[in-house]
Formats: sequence, C-alpha cells, structure tokens
Amino acid sequence: MSSTQALLAPSLPSQLINLLAAVMLLIAFAMLAQRRVLTLINLFAVQGLILTASTLLVAWTTSQPHLYWSALITLVLKVLVLPLILHRLIRKLNVKWDVETLIKIPTTMIVGIVLVILSFNLALPISALSGTVARGTLGIAIAIVLLAFLMMITRSKAVPQVIGFLAMENGLFFAATSATYGMPMVVELGIALDVLIGMVILGVFFFQIRERFDSLDIRHLEKLKED
Amino acid sequence: MTTLSGIVLQFFELLLAVLVAPLLTGWVNVCRAWMQNRSAPPVLTPYRVLLKLFTKEPVLAYNASSLFRITPYILFGCMCLAAAIVPTLNINLPINAAADAIALVGVFALARVFMALAAMDIGTAFGTLGARREMMIGFLAEPALLIVLFTSSLISNTTSLSSIVGQMARMDLVIYPSLAFAGVAYTMVSLAENARIPVDNPATHLELTMIHEAMLLEYSGRHLALMEWAASLKLFTYSCMGIALFVPFGISDGDSWAGVLVALTALAFKLALGGSLLALIETMSAKMRIFRAPEFLGTAFILAVLAMLIHLLLETP
Amino acid sequence: MEIFLVLGSPLLGGVLLALWGHRARAAELNVAMSCITFLAAALLTWRVIANGPMITADAQFAVDALNVFLVALTAFVAMTTAIFSRPYMRIEAAHGRLTDGRLRLYHAMYQLFTFTMLLVLLTNNLGILWVATEAATLTTVLLVSLYRTPASLEAAWKYFILCGVGIAQALFGTILLYFAAERVLGAGGDALLWTRLSAVSGSLEPTVISIAFVFLLVGYGTKVGLVPLHNWLPDAHAEGPTPVSAVLSGLLLNVALYALVRCKVLVDGSLQSPFAGNLLMGFGLLSVVVAAFFLSRQRDIKRLFAYSSIEHMGLITFAFGMGGPIASFAGLLHMTVHSLTKSAIFFAVGHATQKAGTQIIDEIQGLMKVNPTVGWGLLLGSLAILGMPPFGVFASEFLILTDAMRHQPWATPILLISLAVAFAAVISKVQPMVFGHPRTDTPLKRLPFTPAQIPLYVHLSIVLMLGLYIPPPLAEWYRQAARLIG
Repeated sequence: MSSTQALLAPSLPSQLINLLAAVMLLIAFAMLAQRRVLTLINLFAVQGLILTASTLLVAWTTSQPHLYWSALITLVLKVLVLPLILHRLIRKLNVKWDVETLIKIPTTMIVGIVLVILSFNLALPISALSGTVARGTLGIAIAIVLLAFLMMITRSKAVPQVIGFLAMENGLFFAATSATYGMPMVVELGIALDVLIGMVILGVFFFQIRERFDSLDIRHLEKLKED
Repeated sequence: MTTLSGIVLQFFELLLAVLVAPLLTGWVNVCRAWMQNRSAPPVLTPYRVLLKLFTKEPVLAYNASSLFRITPYILFGCMCLAAAIVPTLNINLPINAAADAIALVGVFALARVFMALAAMDIGTAFGTLGARREMMIGFLAEPALLIVLFTSSLISNTTSLSSIVGQMARMDLVIYPSLAFAGVAYTMVSLAENARIPVDNPATHLELTMIHEAMLLEYSGRHLALMEWAASLKLFTYSCMGIALFVPFGISDGDSWAGVLVALTALAFKLALGGSLLALIETMSAKMRIFRAPEFLGTAFILAVLAMLIHLLLETP
Repeated sequence: MEIFLVLGSPLLGGVLLALWGHRARAAELNVAMSCITFLAAALLTWRVIANGPMITADAQFAVDALNVFLVALTAFVAMTTAIFSRPYMRIEAAHGRLTDGRLRLYHAMYQLFTFTMLLVLLTNNLGILWVATEAATLTTVLLVSLYRTPASLEAAWKYFILCGVGIAQALFGTILLYFAAERVLGAGGDALLWTRLSAVSGSLEPTVISIAFVFLLVGYGTKVGLVPLHNWLPDAHAEGPTPVSAVLSGLLLNVALYALVRCKVLVDGSLQSPFAGNLLMGFGLLSVVVAAFFLSRQRDIKRLFAYSSIEHMGLITFAFGMGGPIASFAGLLHMTVHSLTKSAIFFAVGHATQKAGTQIIDEIQGLMKVNPTVGWGLLLGSLAILGMPPFGVFASEFLILTDAMRHQPWATPILLISLAVAFAAVISKVQPMVFGHPRTDTPLKRLPFTPAQIPLYVHLSIVLMLGLYIPPPLAEWYRQAARLIG
C-alpha cells in the first residue's frame, strides 16, 4: 500500500498548489460567513495574496515567464490597490462597522457546500483533459466563483456585494491559472484594467448612492419593480 | 504482536489512560494559569480532588432512581472502553481491532445519553437545562466528528481506527490539505465535546452559561469522583484520538517493547504540547453565548465536509 | 488603416471631450467626432466591399461580412444619436437636470462607449472581445445614473451588478475556450484569435466547448437581455437619458448578440450538433414570450419600448439559433431594422417626454395636437417595430416566421401569438398617446431649443426602404454574413 501511495503521490509544488487552493476555498467560505465589512476586505486581500503565491508557484514550476507578470498584476491590484481603495472608501463613507443581520449564515453555508459539490462535478471532465500542474484545482476555482456569486446574492449592503464581485474575479484568475497557465498577456492586462476602472466607477457610484440615500443599504434600491 | 503480550500491552495502555487522564487535566489547568499570569495550582490537584471525593459519602436525592446511581459507573466504563479503542501506543492491540471509528462515536453517544438521563432524573431545573444543552451540542458535534473520521477513512480506505493510524504513520510525507481542514474541524468538535471554553467553561457555575457542570450538580462523593474522572478520561481519549489521526508519527506497530517505549515518550511529549495548545486556545478565546454554539459547530461541520470534498477532488488521482 | 481611423476617432473624441465636454461647443464636437467615425466606417465598408475580408495588425483585427455591416450600422446610429442628443441634452441642462460636469461626463463617455462597441466588433481576439464588452458596460453605468435620481441610481447599480456578474461568466467561458484552443493551437495570444479558431474549430474538444458555450451564453446573454437575465434592461433604459436608451437598445444589445454569434460559430464547428442552436432558440423564444406578456403591464413609455427590445432580441436570437441561410439572413436584417427603428422610436419618445415632462404613458396624450411631427414619428415608428407591412421589420419577421414554419413548426404558433399580444399591447398604449386628448388645456411651454427631428425621419425612411427594396450589395453582404453564421 505504501509503495503505491508513494507512486501516486504528486510532486511537492503540486501539493503546495493544492494546499493553497484549499486555503482559498476556505477563505471563500469565511467571506461568506463574515459579517463585518472591514474583516471582509482583509479576507479579500489575503485571498489575493494566496492567489499571488499560487500563481508564482505555478510560474516557477513550469517556467512560464508571463505568469510572473500575472502574479505581479494580482499582487499590485488585488492585494495592494483594491483593498486600499476599499479601506479608504469605507473610512470616507463611514460604514466600517456595518454589520449585516439579514442573512442566515448556516443556510448560506449549506447552499455553499452544494455549490462546491456542483462545481467539482463540473470541473471533472475539464480537468481530466488538462495537462497542467494545477489541474485538480479547477474545481476549487469554479467553487470560488460560485461562492462569490452566492455572497453577492445574499448580501444587502453595497460594499460586500462589490467584494463578492472582486472575489469572483479572483476565482476566474485562479481558474485561468489552473486550467491553462493563465490567459494571454494582453487579455490579462485588459481584464486588470477593466477591474480597476470598475472599482473607480464604483467608488464614484458609492458616493452617489450615499449622497442620495444616506446609507449603502441596497434594500433602498428595490423600488423599481414590475407592477 | 502475539496474543499474550498484546493483551498485556492492551491492559497497560488502558491502565495508563485511566491513571494519566487526571494528570492531563491538571497540566491543562497549570498551563492556563501560567498563560493568564496566575500562580498555578499543583499539577496533581485533580488526583487530590478525586481522592477527597472518594473518601466522602455520596448524598442522594430522595427521588433518585437506580439510573442515577449506575450512571457514573456506565459513564466511566464507556470512557474506559473508548480509551481502549483509540490506539495510543501500538496499533495491533486486541480491542483496537474489535471496534472501528463509528463504534467509537457510538460509545461516546451512549455515555452522553446516560448522562443526560441521569441529569433529568432528579427533576431539578438545572439538570434538565444542562441535559438539553448537552444534547444540542452533541447533536451538532456528532455529524462533524463522523465526517472528520470519514475523511480519514477515505484517505486510508478503512474505518478501523488502528488501520487508519497505521497507514498514516507509515505514509510518506505528503501534504494533505484535507487533513489540515479535518484537523481544525476536529479541534473545534473536541472543544465542544469536552466542555472547553468557547462553548462551555469547565470552571464556572453560572447558571446561565453552564452545560456540563449543570448535569453534575446533584452528584457527590464517589459518584462525582467517577464523573469527574470520566470527564478527564474523555479529554484524554479525544486528545489521543486527535494525535493518532493527525500526528501519528512514533506510534509502534511491531512486537518490540522498545518501540512501545518510543511511542510512550512521543505520546507524553505530544500530550504535553496538545494540553498547552488547549490552554492557549482557552486563554485566547472568550466564552460564546450558548446560541452561538450552533454556528461554531456548524463551522466545524462545514470544515469537515470541505475536507472530505477536497480530498475527493484533489487527492484522489 | 481605416480600422485605426474607425477606432481612433471615438477614442480621440473621448479624450477631447473629457477635457472640453462642458464647453459651449462640446455637443458640436461630439457630433463632429461621431461624423468622422461614421465616415471612417463608411470608408472601411467600401474597402471591404471592394477587396473582401481583411485581417490586419498581426491578425488582431479582422473585418469580414458579418462585422463590417454592424460596424457601419453602429457608426451610423452613433452619429444620428449624437445629432439627436445635441439639442436634447441642452434642453435637459436648461431644465436644470444636468450640471456642466455631468455634461462633460456624458460626452466623454458617449464617445468612449462608441469606441468600446467598435472594438468589440472589430477585434479578432476573443479575450479582447470580452474586455471591450466589459468596458462597454463600465462606460454606460455612469450614463445610466447621470440624473442621480434614486431610481436612476438603482437602475445603474442593478445594471452594473447584473452585467458584471454575467460578464464574469462570459470570462469563464472564454477561459474554457482558450483552454480548448490551447490544446490545438498551442499557448499564447494566437489561441484566442477568432480566425485561427474557426479554421480549426472541428478539432476543439467538444465537452469543454459545450460547457464553455453555456457560460458564454449566460454571460453575453445577460447583455443581450435574454429572459431570465433581462432584469437590468428595462430599468437602465427607463432611467438613463434618452440618447443613452437609444444607443443601449439600438447598438449595445446588437453588439452583445454579435459576440454570442461569433462564439456560436465556433461551437457549431466543434460540436457538429444543434446544441448551441437549440439553446439559442430556447432562450430566444422564452424572451419573446415573456417580453410580449410584460408589455401590456408597462406604464412608463421607455420601459414599454425596453421590453419591446427584449422581445426583438429574443426573436433575432431565435433566428440565429434556427440557423440556415434564410433564418440567418432574416436575423441580420432584423438586427439592422430593429436597431434603426428602435433608436428612431427613442428619439420620438425623448422629444415627447421632454415636452410633457414625464415618462408616464397616461400623462402623455394627444401628441398629434401638441406636436404633430413627434406624434407621426412615434406612430410610424411603433407601426414599424410591430411589423406592419411596408416597413423592413415586416420583411424580416415574415422571413423568420416562414422559415420557422418550415424547420421548427412547433415554435411558429408560439411566436405568432406572442407577436399578436405584443401588437395589441403596444398599439393600445401608443394609440391614445398619439390621438388622445392632451391632458392639460394650457399649451405646454416651448422648449428652449428646437429638437432635432431629422435623425428620426432618416431612420424611418431607411427602414421603409429596406422593407420595399434591399439594395443588391447589401443583400449580398447579408448573404455572405449568413453563410458565415451557418
């Protein structure tokens, strides 16, 4: 038994990537369960950091130079710039202690588990075809995307929704890295640019909402309904 | 291991568990006192308490039934059985092979049921309250514990604890993210099951918060001593199980007594470390409201399920 | 060369207007830049007609029959809308609904929006296609919330979040597509070039491609406004300024559908089965039915026509899903006439609402008496969009329906009933608006600037012409593009 196990044991970098992927999934769940906006932002930054680490690891193992750039973009954008913007935003908007009371966390968690199972199933045929070091983690990447999506649906405040959106982008980057060693450079730059512009626009937008409603509660934004 | 020396070693292991368990409790208390900058009680205090309680005469309520009287013995017996099932020093022992992980959870459940029944037997409000809370905690903790055990079983393709431990100990050093998750989940479950701090406080008698202690209020004398001893034994068993599942290195699987000696040293070291870790957790965290306990255990459950899923995705080639 | 002119002029316009967008002549600059873009597009079109498809700039841009006609259409509608918006936005500013800063934002974003749409159409790289589509969303978010009313903020937020989530799904689809392509074409930027992909589409891994298409459909389908992903569309149309509604309905939906069709061609090549077509037909049919039944419940005139857009997009999607030379031809024709007619309707609606000071249908009555030109425009536009005979929409709908009867007979009654319901709903709303009695006896106050009526009637006459006579080069184009779509 031990000899077969030794044969099947994946290489060390691959193990480390798996570990990082697992931690990213854990963070996705932690974000789902988190009530405080401030902690949410920090969790998002940590997720970005782990994404950077795993991208670096893949880049180093497979010597794909463009992945170093991709890791750099992630580091600058997702770990430094975006959390900084978000921190500034919530300080200026003074929503630091906004606590959500609306969602039932255990229910969300159960739905999250179902989503994870779903995405693992979805990933199986794809990762079977992939030849990358990190192919196993594709399921986790899809799960992160879906969990972020779930977070966006279940939150009623604007900032958590946006963090969900960004976490979804994290998952997609991770998917790109794990399935295909990242997208072509020009596309990745474009995506990064879009995310950055999106954040700036959102920043402007938050102030508009705030100015109009005195709060960032999205429940104010439910007037437009079909009658 | 031959039958005879197996039986001898099994007996030795059990005796060790029963005798050392209060020491572990004492050690945790000492560590906690140190970390909280208090002067520590002697590490042997639990033994003195037990000794004192055994010399006292038990006082029973008028309406106490026989159930109330036999429960301490059943409880102690269950814990002894559990301690014998969990492989601590060697993996080829007679009782180890007789019961698997699911049976072990069953033994714990049996003890819990009797304890809750006995607590309600007298009919005081506190006993019922404690029993109800204990059942809630158990109801939430058991699935999580089972899934942690299932994860380990999936990795080693067996539910027998000793086979699991044997395989884990022999395995090459491979990072198992699933085991890391399962380890965290297991720690959380253990905290709840052993009435430790984020869920319950073993040192409190505040009626609004206590769970485990509320069930012991009516006991005295040797009955109380057995109950306390059983609680210590439970903590010891859970610690040993955690060690066996997640850091089994050093456990002996051969015939030689030298191996057992090595295992004993390793176990002592790991238990000491584990005890101080427990004290650290208890010092760092605050007791949570009882209504938050489901959330705490729900998180443990989620972690355990995640561990299993991650194992299925990442670690099955 | 022309490609860079086509892309460069709106980009330059965006930069210039970001600097001078609040000056007195900004609106004229906006029109001028849009005219240059249109001229460049016309030049490009002429070049493609003369020389056939072209691929330039390291194969990063490709122009063929399918996108060149959309480029021309986009540049044209962008130009006419710019002309329409010149007096319209001035009147809004005079009414105090806009400040200088917001006017500057509007002008700059208008040009950048045109740029992103043209980039979507012209790029050969499916990754860039995604990036540009997302950028198109981003540029319009702030346009939808231009008035900063609670309702417009809500609409913009919904738009941002829904389209953002949708487009993220499309990104995942693109990643999967790249994953499949990489195995055939090798890693690197080339593996996302559409021309390269379509050449090897037969050897793309079918499982991955079909999963990818589902994600792409959800992603780009959100932007097309397919039911059940359409929630953002009526709100964004109703709450944004009318020129924005006109370009959203007339252009953005087309462009998103174009992205979807490009992907469908690859999927068809890989799967050799009607999987993608069936999905498109299903979503298209659902959109037609749901939108038709929602039409009668609308009280806001812009929401009414937004739902009508969903209905027509559903019809076009259905046509492309059905496939075949006739249906694809009809789909392309319908894209053209819908885009022209719907923007014309929004021009008319814009004037009418500006005059009445409200968007509620019950409060805008008797346009014939108040403002006959706008009244006639709204009436003719509505008749055209409902598929009345002399107009081009009739021709395309007729083609779609007859082809459906031949190939998908089960769908025909559903389509017919939905179109009838839509007809009844729209006519019952528009008729009193045009012929009813004005609500107030006091004449409405004159608008401070004369509205631009020419774009409205230019659009309508083109639609009329397309109904009676499709010029042979245009028909040839459509046929080529239809062959491309398959």
